[in-house]
Amino acid sequence: MTSPKLLEVKNLRVEFPTRRGTLVAVDDVSLEISAGEVLGVVGESGAGKSMTGAAIIGLLEPPGRIASGQILLDGRRIDNLPYHEMRKIRGRQIGAIFQDPLTSLNPLYKIGDQLIETIMTHLPLNQAQARDRAVKLLEDVGIPSAAERINSYPHQFSGGMRQRVVIALALAAEPKLIIADEPTTALDVSIQAQIITLLKRLCREHGTAVMLVTHDMGVIAETADRVAVMYAGRIAEIGPVQDVIKRPHHPYTTGLMGAIPSMVGKVERLTQIDGAMPRLNAIPKGCAFNPRCPKAFDRCFRDRPDPMPAGKSQAACWLVEEKAHV
Amino acid sequence: MSKVTVPMLTVSNLKRVFDVSAPWLNRILEGKGKSIVRAVDGVNFEINKGETFSLVGESGCGKSTVARLIVGLYEPSDGSINFEGVEIGPAPERARHPDIQGRMQMIFQDPYASLNPRWRVGDIVAEPLRFRKLLSDSAAIDKRVGELLSQVGLSPLDARKYPHEFSGGQRQRISIARALAGEPEFLVCDEPTSALDVSVQAQILNLMKELQRKLGLTYLFISHNLAVVYHVSDKVGVMYLGRLVEWADTKTLFARPLHPYTRMLLDAIPDLDMTGRSRTPVAGEVPSPLNPPSGCSFHPRCPLANERCKREVPKALPVEGGAVACHAVEENRLPPWKTQAAA
Repeated sequence: MTSPKLLEVKNLRVEFPTRRGTLVAVDDVSLEISAGEVLGVVGESGAGKSMTGAAIIGLLEPPGRIASGQILLDGRRIDNLPYHEMRKIRGRQIGAIFQDPLTSLNPLYKIGDQLIETIMTHLPLNQAQARDRAVKLLEDVGIPSAAERINSYPHQFSGGMRQRVVIALALAAEPKLIIADEPTTALDVSIQAQIITLLKRLCREHGTAVMLVTHDMGVIAETADRVAVMYAGRIAEIGPVQDVIKRPHHPYTTGLMGAIPSMVGKVERLTQIDGAMPRLNAIPKGCAFNPRCPKAFDRCFRDRPDPMPAGKSQAACWLVEEKAHV
Repeated sequence: MSKVTVPMLTVSNLKRVFDVSAPWLNRILEGKGKSIVRAVDGVNFEINKGETFSLVGESGCGKSTVARLIVGLYEPSDGSINFEGVEIGPAPERARHPDIQGRMQMIFQDPYASLNPRWRVGDIVAEPLRFRKLLSDSAAIDKRVGELLSQVGLSPLDARKYPHEFSGGQRQRISIARALAGEPEFLVCDEPTSALDVSVQAQILNLMKELQRKLGLTYLFISHNLAVVYHVSDKVGVMYLGRLVEWADTKTLFARPLHPYTRMLLDAIPDLDMTGRSRTPVAGEVPSPLNPPSGCSFHPRCPLANERCKREVPKALPVEGGAVACHAVEENRLPPWKTQAAA
């Protein structure tokens, strides 16, 4: 394959059938990640960012299911693989880091055993080799005296150290892609800085691509190459991180940036986006952002915009088309 | 202003220890002593009327314990809390000043846990009115509840609903309405926005500022988010392992932080302008408060620590605009703070 696209998501739609009708958690999402690239996915709670990640790695909780669309890893479709096939990919080719490091580790097993199990599942190594590799991985993620700490249980580690172990687990089989779902949200800022630096360094060294799901724009700004802003299950804007932050095209992105308290200069009032994200069972007709949008016009209430080119980015907003015509 | 301002709240040498020892029999059998956590270890600060004072720090630094001590949810182990000239010590003493109790209210972090799910919003907001007997007839109470709800941006009709019918941001508005019902002058806000999304956080912060201007409220604001603290506060105190390591007015603190811990915190914040630039990673983690380091508790992580820092607890030195507890500052060993590129 000559295509540099490691992961391609095409028109992904994730549905949750419920007694009161079908909820669409992810609606027509298309994105790509190249090898070694960090794609940030931001949005507020319920925007569908974690769902997108879970769909890619094949861990949607039933009754959630992929209703349509395709997910391709290295040109191969992975969204319709049977369970045992997907298990081989998960961990080996796609690693995962979740928000809460305490619940992603089994409290009853020593961290060494958890690492060794993962390594031996995916790589053709014997117990002793796997153990050496586990120690090496723990050293890589910055755990002091790794050879001894390998015999500790998760509760003997602090939150930041646990997240390091989780990163070591995710990297254990040298996957090509890591889905990191809010990896630093549960951590203090000083520890957050350490973890982000670590994640960046390791991915550069191993050439791993990362899909970084977070609600923290600051983390995205310093880590990601490109960023996708999600709103109500759809991509509102996607593009190079500098362009999206400095020259947002979608009013939601603009609002989101203004809402972040800044440390430079002092404003009396933060820009606020009135109202709240619609519930999944009450997504408005047309553009889902129209009830909160200060610039909404008649077309926004009628038709749903798809991402269209806007500068170096793509934005799903009719204003972009309006401007292009003027 | 030449007028001498009398602080509304003065906290002096406030201490609170928690006994986290194993049960007596285990201690005897395992030959272990008692273990004591010094959650708050001699904190001093003042808050003037109409001001917002913020406490920042990482998890476990004791900032929430300070909040709970001030509103009387915990009893101080030592030290005093003085509210407008009245000593409000432990809770039993506080009962003698019912008026003071009502003038202080608290807003909690988790809007999902701080509202009783089985009460209607109207009853939740009316509870302080009924408890403090501010209003007696139910028509007047309903009217007041309606006013309070509109004041925080909800509809008076929402009084009939239950908390689960609201989103996180709306629930936090209900908490604020409930806190305002007692007609307080002083609000203790313990991480009021950390459970909320940024756009909703902006709404709540704007609302709190608006209410402060309209009602002349004084806030003690607890947060771990320095950007939020910079936005809301007039003065900031930085806590580390139960001690206040530096305090100053907001502008001064953010323009020229002195304490190495404050500098570390400021360095650690990701910034929107930082694209591609790495933060200075900080070595180490917050030590266990069960077994805090000797001397200055920050010394194991401090790049400027010397022998004296390991031995001696630094005292707070007054500096321009505030105070700082650091030997390096006292001995003039502090490197200049790189002024951040102002945009």
